[in-house]
Amino acid sequence: MTEWIAFIVTKYNYWAYISLMMIGLFAMIAKKNLIKKIIGMGIFQTAIILFFISIGAKKGATLPILYHGHAHGDAAVRAAAYINPLPHVLMLTAIVVSVATLGVALSLAVKIFQRYDTLEEDQINLTKYPFRRNVPENKEE
Amino acid sequence: MKTAGVIIVFLFGGLLVYGTLDFPDWGDPDAPASRHVSPRYIEKSLEETSVPNMVTAVLADFRGFDTLFETVVIFSAGLSCFFLLRTKRKAPEARFYRHLPTGIVLRIEKGGRLPEGSVEFERIDSIWVPHDLIIRATCRLLIPFIQLFALYVIAHGHHSPGGGFQGGVIFGAAFILYAVTHDLRDGLHRLGEKITIVLCSLGVFIYAGVGALCLFLESNFLDYAALAPVLGVDPVTARSHGILFVEIGVGIAVMAVMFAIYTNLSSVGKQDEGL
Repeated sequence: MTEWIAFIVTKYNYWAYISLMMIGLFAMIAKKNLIKKIIGMGIFQTAIILFFISIGAKKGATLPILYHGHAHGDAAVRAAAYINPLPHVLMLTAIVVSVATLGVALSLAVKIFQRYDTLEEDQINLTKYPFRRNVPENKEE
Repeated sequence: MKTAGVIIVFLFGGLLVYGTLDFPDWGDPDAPASRHVSPRYIEKSLEETSVPNMVTAVLADFRGFDTLFETVVIFSAGLSCFFLLRTKRKAPEARFYRHLPTGIVLRIEKGGRLPEGSVEFERIDSIWVPHDLIIRATCRLLIPFIQLFALYVIAHGHHSPGGGFQGGVIFGAAFILYAVTHDLRDGLHRLGEKITIVLCSLGVFIYAGVGALCLFLESNFLDYAALAPVLGVDPVTARSHGILFVEIGVGIAVMAVMFAIYTNLSSVGKQDEGL
């Protein structure tokens, strides 16, 4: 019994991220509304970010900024005293890139709404209005 | 579709949970991720780059190429928003002007406009806009401090959590706050569309330019130690200064891209009326 509890305690963080990832993936696969798909993509990205950050964690270590800075002097820096900076670097850029990709996804959704008047995937009719919004504005439809 | 989705998702999740059985324990100091390259980053970053914040040192120096192309990704995301949404500016159907002393709103038909330099009228959006004096006054007080904090985050990224990406986002958020609380035209008056696009490319140019400068000084691309004779400092401090230049470039690019995405999205590319 105790070994099961120890096993769960050392692994449950991964399972939490996997369940978040599953929620995001389900939204991207099964939801019909494009905005809901974009939200699913955001949840998926968050799960990946949390996963990477938890990889960088070390027991008994502090955040990867040297405590006294330059006053630290020539004292050797122990790697065990600081958590792994690499996942933090990767996720720092990933967060900003995810905001930028969200902007692109939303502008694509705006274009789709302008052309087909809907964001529901199954109501987008590709043959009915092939070039509806692309006529010059001064011409009457 | 729903059933298929559920099956795929649970298959995927089950495979991943099966994979975690071989994963290192949470917080294990001997995990593979903490064993190979990360101790070197931790132990050598102060000695080699004179930057106490290891994240900044790894971001802009050891992994400089990665960050350069992340900046290019953000730049191209801003550009693609522009190309997807921007439409030609044309005269709107009708414009609405509020007479400030009386609060009367005038609707002016297509083609008509107020005389230039008229200060008693304020153009408002075609959807209803309330008198939001408190919000405007609060933000007028708040925005300078937000921008100052953004500059602090960029400049102090060597010694505390921060850097170009975070500071750039805060700076862009200050401009977006201005555009939300006033209106989009006021925001564009402060930071115009052309300036935004120039700043987007300027940020990437600063980053790549610092790298290319190292190339001209007979060293590798993005090896800031080569800047030492130009800056008049020792090579280790030159790497610290090089990181600062690069972070400034990243900050400018991120700030401009955030504002460009906001203006294009909120006005659906018209850059005239928005949130």
